[in-house]
Amino acid sequence: MSETAVLARPPAAFSAALGQPAARIGLGIVLLFLFLCAFAPLIAPYNPYEQNLMSALAPPTLAHPLGTDQYGRDVASRVFYGARYALLAIIVGDGMALAVGTAMGLAGGYLGGAADAVIMRVVDVLLAFPYLLLALIIVAALGPSLLHSMIAIGVVYTPQYARLVRGQVLGVRQSDFVRAARALGASTRRIVLRHVAPNSLSPVIVMATLQAGAVVVETAGLSFLGLGAQPPSPDWGALLADGQNYFLTAWWIATFPGLAIFLVVLGFNLLGDALRHEFDPRAR
Amino acid sequence: MLDYLASRLAQLLLVLFGVSVVVFIAMHLLPGDVATLLLGDRATAASLARLRHQLGLDQPVLVQYSRFLIGALQGNFGTSLRDNRPAFAEVLAAFPVTLELTLAALALAVAIGVPLGVLAALKEGTWVDTAITTPTLFGVSMPIFWLGLMALLLFSEKLGWLPVGGMMPVGARMARPTGLSIVDAAWSGQPALVWQAVRHLLLPAATLATIPLASITRITRGEMLSSMHLDYVRTARAKGLPEGRVIRAHILRNALIPIVTVIGLQLGLLLSGAVLTETIFSLPGLGRLMVDAILARDYPVVQAGAVFVAAVFVLVNFGVDLCYAMLDPRIRRS
Repeated sequence: MSETAVLARPPAAFSAALGQPAARIGLGIVLLFLFLCAFAPLIAPYNPYEQNLMSALAPPTLAHPLGTDQYGRDVASRVFYGARYALLAIIVGDGMALAVGTAMGLAGGYLGGAADAVIMRVVDVLLAFPYLLLALIIVAALGPSLLHSMIAIGVVYTPQYARLVRGQVLGVRQSDFVRAARALGASTRRIVLRHVAPNSLSPVIVMATLQAGAVVVETAGLSFLGLGAQPPSPDWGALLADGQNYFLTAWWIATFPGLAIFLVVLGFNLLGDALRHEFDPRAR
Repeated sequence: MLDYLASRLAQLLLVLFGVSVVVFIAMHLLPGDVATLLLGDRATAASLARLRHQLGLDQPVLVQYSRFLIGALQGNFGTSLRDNRPAFAEVLAAFPVTLELTLAALALAVAIGVPLGVLAALKEGTWVDTAITTPTLFGVSMPIFWLGLMALLLFSEKLGWLPVGGMMPVGARMARPTGLSIVDAAWSGQPALVWQAVRHLLLPAATLATIPLASITRITRGEMLSSMHLDYVRTARAKGLPEGRVIRAHILRNALIPIVTVIGLQLGLLLSGAVLTETIFSLPGLGRLMVDAILARDYPVVQAGAVFVAAVFVLVNFGVDLCYAMLDPRIRRS
């Protein structure tokens, strides 16, 4: 991708994207998710860690709207609190990939030459692994834990941001306004941060939105495999893994955390698709 | 074409070299070292030092890396810490399960996704288009480990149509020359076993196919729509070609290159998804082997599996690149 795809101004593109019903549904789901993260202690009917073996494996009732797990913990409360783990995964995993990948793409695209060659070879090698395999190798090296699984997912997505930003920068750096800034004697740092970066970032916003959903599903996947969040964390993937052992007799333990993952990913995908549609006219 | 082949081959070797470096570095970041892992926490300093010397862990990193690289080229990654079998042999034994699952899922995704995408494009804006595109949006958002569990609950537990997991019924006896259950069942000459193998594969393959199926349907629809209104299509219609031929020979054929690219890209997704699918359906594939090895800190197996899967992935992508360089002369000239 050597040409620039930045054609729409972010605020205008956001308003236009939200004109689409699918985007409004997506935004609604994302806002609900953020609301759950912020107010989980107020909404959750029970302490998510509180065990009550007398009511273990109880199906959904008025007292426990989503049922209870094998230790009698309230599934609804655990799912609500689990939203916080998903948000943490987005902040750490997607945030790390965005920050490091953007920096790599900016450096490679603007500096060119040897720096670009080295950065792009690193990107090529990281992209040579199927994404979950790379995450598995990193978790194997660091040891299974929630933080390590988030770092692993961050590393997995870094090359995609690097490639995207580099492509954008290659287009922008030839623009008249960058040449003008260079002719006026602006430093490389100023040109990159004040002129190149802001004009290269629209597709990054789209990618960050779409990847947010992917990060949620993949960190949950690692937890499901026992390589991420460990019991008794109410992480959605860990809840699913718990529920897997009981799903033939107590379907609700695995069903609701999975539904939560699906809805959050759907929300980010609907929003991301609409933003891509507006930011990149070629996608229309 | 030869120049293109040579340059892609050079890139391939460079990437494979990079893969070996990443795996080597990752295994060197391990908390503790292999000697402690092998001998346990109660080992004496002297026995640890002796084992480190035997394994070459007291050598400079570059020497260790060259040994690792030479071993990897010969398929020698050491022995599994769990059962003392050669690590690479374990990987090779598990690979056919993953291969069969991945190929079955890809075949399902392509066989259903391409016709659905074509149909959605031909019926653009109608209820047929909506009925196809809406589920694809759900499909790409689906956590497959959850979908697999729900499918098991419905088709195995509630309806009893399909088996709960595994590759063959308990007690089924047949020779396993290839490790691919359907091929081996066919080889054994027992049609009932072939049917059992297909029944066992159907649910995992359909689960794994969900996301690629949705992506392939979406990309096929998109590519068909962007090719449909081009001048050469109008010309084909103007010269009186039957509509079926316009669609097959002019629209779909030109839309195929991006579709083939996306099919190639699905491989990473499939190999990754296989790890989760194998866990849900209790399939003894490579993904399951690696997760178990990580949990048991069986690093020779992790190393062997990582290098092997990455090498397969890189080689298949190389093959896909060559395919569309052959399909489209512009790619090999660029």
